Amino acid sequence: MFIKTKIVVEEVRKGFPTDEGRLDVIADLNFKVGDGEFVAIVGPSGCGKTTLMNIIAGFLAPDTGAVKIDGVPRSAPNRNGVLITQQGSVFPWLTVRENLLFGLPDELPNREALAQEYAELVGLKGFENNYPHELSGGMLKRAEIARALVVKPEILYMDEPFSALDALMSLRMQNELLRILAKERHTVMLITHDVEEAIHLADRILVLSPRPARIQASFDVPFAHPRRVSNPEAQALRVAILKELGVELV
Amino acid sequence: MKKVTGAIPSIIVLAVVVLIWWAAVVLTKSVIFPTPGKVVMGTLELASDGTLWEHIAASLFRVGAGFLIAVLFAIPLGLWMGWVHGAYVTLNPLFQILRPISPIAWIPIAILWFGVGNASPIYLIFIASVFPMIVQTTTGVHTIEKRYLRAAENFGVTRKKLFLQVVFPAALPQIIVGMRIGLGVAWLVVVAAEMIALRSGLGYLIMDSRNAGNRYELVVAGMIIIGLIGLMLDGAMRLLENMKNVRWRYVH
Repeated sequence: MFIKTKIVVEEVRKGFPTDEGRLDVIADLNFKVGDGEFVAIVGPSGCGKTTLMNIIAGFLAPDTGAVKIDGVPRSAPNRNGVLITQQGSVFPWLTVRENLLFGLPDELPNREALAQEYAELVGLKGFENNYPHELSGGMLKRAEIARALVVKPEILYMDEPFSALDALMSLRMQNELLRILAKERHTVMLITHDVEEAIHLADRILVLSPRPARIQASFDVPFAHPRRVSNPEAQALRVAILKELGVELV
Repeated sequence: MKKVTGAIPSIIVLAVVVLIWWAAVVLTKSVIFPTPGKVVMGTLELASDGTLWEHIAASLFRVGAGFLIAVLFAIPLGLWMGWVHGAYVTLNPLFQILRPISPIAWIPIAILWFGVGNASPIYLIFIASVFPMIVQTTTGVHTIEKRYLRAAENFGVTRKKLFLQVVFPAALPQIIVGMRIGLGVAWLVVVAAEMIALRSGLGYLIMDSRNAGNRYELVVAGMIIIGLIGLMLDGAMRLLENMKNVRWRYVH
């Protein structure tokens, strides 16, 4: 099946000056993400995953190379690709409803209805007028996902989105994300240190090398949803990915 | 119920202070320093002939006017200095030099510029409360977490929306802290300013009571009333901290 290419990362390099000289974080990175594809990136901590995500989402310019979305070089963030991070960025001074309305232009006639629809989609019906500090961690994540989706972005960038949640809530949110993505097709890039999460969610998994980051290995995840990470093939994949990350399971 | 029991220790402390005061006056057989009872009688006397309310109203008017002008000046300026780096580096040194100058030091200049009417104390209150509010507002903008600014950038909103829905509400808790500090010093200063000239206000009441026949029970009454009103003003500002859209900053 032919899939249109959505994101192209081309010869991207990025380094930062430090007291001990230049620190190369990303070196000659190349990969493509297809339209509607869910690609997870795993790598050792401190390998530059977040830097990479900031470059792809447009918050940071690469030193050389380019990130192209639909063939057009990306120079600044825009609402076509929304970033969700571990810390979250739901505005604490706005209610859930006001947060959802935030990204929608004022002149959009059905913005209230849209906000309502997405609050319901993520299971926040009845909490529209609550402030974030009145919500639990999981609900806050739902609000963040709803705020991202309500503007109908083509791409979701997720940087360790569920890492701050406890293990059970993280699993629950993974299932929620799959349920929502089954309804609305998005291209998704997920950065995670959790190999099982990547296997659970992604169509393809890229393994980054330690700094400076390069693509060290790429794995297709051919299992149909809903997936069981405990099945033997998935476990074999997990062992293979962990091996790439330098962890031998006995 | 919990609130009531929580207040008991502080009530005991107040009662002990009044008791010590009373005992000290009685034991030393002081003829000038008043007992708590005389202070209460003096307060009732002022309240019944209406002068107390006039003095309170005069002081509150001056504080209200000076503080309000300071708010209107400090918040826009603080937001601008917080947001525009050039404005900050240009203006901050000036304000850092002006800030440590006690408002009391401004009294001669205030009289020179504004005479001995209401304008002088209002100017002094303005000077006293404007700097803490500028500083807190600027800090409020400077300490907006980057993740929120990035989210706003991600959604590509208009400048107006960025300002009204992100920058201002994000800085608002700090602005309120600045307003609390500002109102506190404003109340301190109005009393000092009223001691110099004028014919009304709680500061005037205190000086006049001493000058007109050593009425020390009225001096102490004036002091206690100043304290109580200061407490109420701070309580009113604290109500602002309970607004739901600023709670996030105070609850941890």
